[in-house]
Amino acid sequence: MNAFTYSRAADPAGALSELSARPQAKLLGGGTNLIDLMKMGVEEPPHLVDVNRLAALARIEEAPGGKGVTLGALARNSDAAQHPLIVQRYPVLAQAILSGASPQLRNRATTAGNLLQRTRCPYFYDPAFPSCNKRRPGSGCGALDPGYNRMHAILGTSPACIATHPSDMCVALAALEAIVLTQGPTEQRAIPFEEFHRLPGDQPELDTILRADELITAVQLPPQPAGRRSHYLKVRDRASYAFALVSAAVVIDLEGDAIKTIRIALGGVAHKPWRAKKAEAALVGKNPRDEAAIRAAAELELADAKPHEHNKFKVELAKRVIVRAVGNAVA
Amino acid sequence: MHPLREEVPPSPQPNGDELDEILTFGDPLTRRRFLHRTALTAAAVVAVPALARHASAESPPPAAAPASPAPPAVETGTMDVTLSINGRTYPLKIEPRVTLLDALRERLRLTGSKKGCDHGQCGACTVLINGQRVNSCLALAACHEGDEITTIEGIAKGEELHPVQAAFIKHDGFQCGYCTPGQICSAVACIAEGHAKDEAELREWMSGNICRCGAYTNIRAAILEARDQKPAIA
Ligand SMILES: Cc1cc2nc3c(=O)[nH]c(=O)nc-3n(C[C@H](O)[C@H](O)[C@H](O)COP(=O)(O)OP(=O)(O)OC[C@H]3O[C@@H](n4cnc5c(N)ncnc54)[C@H](O)[C@@H]3O)c2cc1C
Ligand code: SF4
Ligand code: FES
Ligand code: FES
Repeated sequence: MNAFTYSRAADPAGALSELSARPQAKLLGGGTNLIDLMKMGVEEPPHLVDVNRLAALARIEEAPGGKGVTLGALARNSDAAQHPLIVQRYPVLAQAILSGASPQLRNRATTAGNLLQRTRCPYFYDPAFPSCNKRRPGSGCGALDPGYNRMHAILGTSPACIATHPSDMCVALAALEAIVLTQGPTEQRAIPFEEFHRLPGDQPELDTILRADELITAVQLPPQPAGRRSHYLKVRDRASYAFALVSAAVVIDLEGDAIKTIRIALGGVAHKPWRAKKAEAALVGKNPRDEAAIRAAAELELADAKPHEHNKFKVELAKRVIVRAVGNAVA
Repeated sequence: MHPLREEVPPSPQPNGDELDEILTFGDPLTRRRFLHRTALTAAAVVAVPALARHASAESPPPAAAPASPAPPAVETGTMDVTLSINGRTYPLKIEPRVTLLDALRERLRLTGSKKGCDHGQCGACTVLINGQRVNSCLALAACHEGDEITTIEGIAKGEELHPVQAAFIKHDGFQCGYCTPGQICSAVACIAEGHAKDEAELREWMSGNICRCGAYTNIRAAILEARDQKPAIA
């Protein structure tokens, strides 16, 4: 690990002024991704600002004015997954969080850190590989054929990068249409979840639209209509403690037997949690128990998929995951 | 001597200069290994004087140090960190990049916590921080001032084994024993969390602890038995 200097922020203003004063500095949340990447030599920040003592940002509480629930940026994943406000109102979020990492890691992992965790693409994760546009812009993409790309993306890729975003939590947040609240030196932003993470395009080094001098303060969870159904389904190589091959978060509002609104977000298939908007549009008015209709919608969504040598299986897997997740949501 | 105890050396009880030396550099043997493994780290520890707030006696703060009332705690070189481990207080002079696991093993000779992967993947380094299980390999020691840290060395009450320890012995919950300290710390927390209902729940909630020897069946049997004995500490 590179040598660095270390400070503890006493309040959000302190953290912000440190970030402004030291453009290369990084915030330290649970450290479960950043410290790991520093050990690998992927990240080499000269200064860390420890934000773990910002108790005000660790709260999980009802947002004023019936605006849903505010999930603090520093709330631990374990605390979020067992908080009554989350368990009762956003069970799909609790499910998604609990399907990720391990109890030990979730005890440290924070909301903001989870959003900003970086891809697990092996070429990105190990500087011994010379080519990775995300790690070294312009160096090429080691994962493209003939590279090993079994874990990689099939939707929204670019010739520059085919990495996936590894988070489970974020897939649920995408389906819930959460809002990321940030604080910069001069302005606060409320960023719709869909806009927060980027597709790679020709700048794969940028995972999100967060600026280097901005702090995430919270994630806002919108109020839920009564009777909403939801489900998180994760398919992986082993039963627990593995990143998703493909996952899906589904939330459904019914009118009688018909789908009034449905949101489907997919994990493991793209550079960001992937909203399956074509499938969603095709399913409005359909019966969620009509498996053929759901399969047809899934086919439509995956029609644009661009698999590579080792991840062709993800195309069919994603379709099946959509069908199963919708089915489970209304079971 | 007890099988689980044999491997854990008695806590060092040195005094004065000796303690300083050990706390700063580890004992000579550890130190040589450490120097060998991370030459850069060790060199920095020796060469970079302590600046800023935690200036030590032998390296006074630079004359130009700002006199602002409450400067942010910016550290370069080493810093003073006081850790509370198993009810004892340990003053340390370390670089910010020293992980809790390395501080325990290399500086404090608390070698019960094991380094398996060093990347959060195996659970061998699991310790309890304020009663919660965490991977000490991904934690910076400097972040845990003021926290109550419990390692495998602090799980027993004196000579009386913790029920989880006793159950691991009774059920042969290990083969080589390398994952065992992490398994036991994790299990103590798992029981306290209420995640030890049955085999299936244990499979999921102990999944952060990998056992290369595959002693899982016996590990689960041990945890289920310990769960019913008496409430875990932690
Ligand atoms: C072995 C292993 C298995 C895992 N498995 C899974 C899995 O199956 N599913 C899954 O979803 N995740 C998994 N993870 C990833 C884990 O969820 C992330 O490491 C964790 O969520 C990161 O949170 P953190 O608080 O530790 O982040 P940190 O490591 O502290 O920070 C990550 C990034 O966020 C930035 N940051 C932190 N706080 C803020 C803030 N308030 N504002 C702005 N920036 C901030 C940091 O500067 C850093 O760049 C796994 C991790 C490991 C090590
Ligand atoms: S897929 Fe993206 S992260 Fe992986 S090697 Fe290619 S550019 Fe790097
Ligand atoms: S050594 Fe920490 S998890 Fe493996
Ligand atoms: S007993 Fe050998 S690794 Fe678990």
